[in-house]
Amino acid sequence: MTETMETTDTTGSRGSRLLGVVTLLGLATLLLFAFALTEPDVRLHPTTGQEIGQFDAVRLLYLHVPLAVFTYVAFVLCAVASAGYLVKRTAWFDTMAYAAAEVGTVFCGLVLVTGSIWGRPVWNTWWEWGDVRLMTTLVLFLMFTGYLALRRATVDPRASARRGAVVALVAVLDLPIVNRSVEWWENRTLHQKSTLGELKIQDLTLFTLMLGFLVLGLVLAWLLLHRFRVGWLEREDAGHGVATAIAERRADIDEGDVDAAVGEGA
Amino acid sequence: MSRFFADARLVAAKDLRIEARSRVLLNQVAPFALLVLVLFGFALDADQRTLRAFAPGLFWVAVLFCALLAIQRSVSVEQADGALTGLRLSGMSPAALFVGKASAVFVQLVVLEVLLTAGIIVLYGSEVEQPLLVVATGLLAAVAVACTGTLYGALASGLGVRETLLPILLLPVLAPVLIGATRAFDDALGNAAVDGWAWLGLLAVFAVVATAGGALAHGALVDE
Repeated sequence: MTETMETTDTTGSRGSRLLGVVTLLGLATLLLFAFALTEPDVRLHPTTGQEIGQFDAVRLLYLHVPLAVFTYVAFVLCAVASAGYLVKRTAWFDTMAYAAAEVGTVFCGLVLVTGSIWGRPVWNTWWEWGDVRLMTTLVLFLMFTGYLALRRATVDPRASARRGAVVALVAVLDLPIVNRSVEWWENRTLHQKSTLGELKIQDLTLFTLMLGFLVLGLVLAWLLLHRFRVGWLEREDAGHGVATAIAERRADIDEGDVDAAVGEGA
Repeated sequence: MSRFFADARLVAAKDLRIEARSRVLLNQVAPFALLVLVLFGFALDADQRTLRAFAPGLFWVAVLFCALLAIQRSVSVEQADGALTGLRLSGMSPAALFVGKASAVFVQLVVLEVLLTAGIIVLYGSEVEQPLLVVATGLLAAVAVACTGTLYGALASGLGVRETLLPILLLPVLAPVLIGATRAFDDALGNAAVDGWAWLGLLAVFAVVATAGGALAHGALVDE
């Protein structure tokens, strides 16, 4: 039924290998800039002259902020692909939704971890209940953990695809309500407003942050590409197994049995 | 349209009749609800003032736990003897089936909420200052939980790991309901100076979205 168009024993291709090399070099450059070349965030208090700021903790933001943005990109991609699946019912949309959800969940976990580590010295707490973005991201992470558990638990690929699509859409629709409710709940946020628009941050800092966006965008693309190919191969493999099983059963059963079974069912 | 509601009523009546005859709600879920209240008492050192201050939150966490049981039950009655296949072949619309199943869960949740309200009044010493707000919150939150739960019950149905999967799927999605209903109860029980009616608005939005979304999505799920 499902013939593999080309037999490969790897999910890599020339393009993806090139992308991988560029991504890894970019990641190394980013780490060099973020952790060595940029200055720590130290400012002098205008009246007392004390040293204030985020000090070395600011370096984590070069990873944290782009990770957070691409987490949302991945989950939106998952929701769009899920909607696409419910309309078109093609394997491409489903495989894309699953891949985006998995990579998005990993990114989301990293956002929470880096944020927590950053928050300890800067906010003086590992965790801040009441912070809208923090709570929304955590609920999002938990919802997609459920999504992945559901996908893994469902054996029938079509059922898995449909149920997964509904869960992903519900998760994304629920998100604004979660966000609203947490905001009303405590009505306060520790998160700093974006300082990008005012261009207050210095040249090298801005460059490193932009490099972070570029590199983590590449990381997302690279991981998505491979996860999508793995998903596609899994699907082909499952299709192969079913086709073989059906063929074997067909060979075993003679026509009289089939008629009897159909008669009984009707 | 009248056919739709007739079908929904039929399904709801069927589920409630099963509950009335098997007495699972009365004999197992209701005692569990009270047990949860007692356990919170043990965990919080039986300090009446603490219990009273946290009564709204404890109440709604207990409702969510019991809702999980009611939803599991609602799913499992359709699993036996291929009952769901029978319902699907009966020609009724998946949306009517959804509304019927959700209504039955809703009725059970309301019964549990009445019981738990009596529980927090007796055990935690809570006082109902705004009865209307308590009733409105209870009803809207029950609609929200019943509809979301029925949809997610359908998602997890037929899986061997249903019992463990349903909580992690359902509870994060219900986070806004927990927050909203708790805050509304904070106002209604005179625990905190918040505007409970504004929170009711959020619950109403959630309930409407859950009902409409559930009815629409249910079609895609049961016609596997």
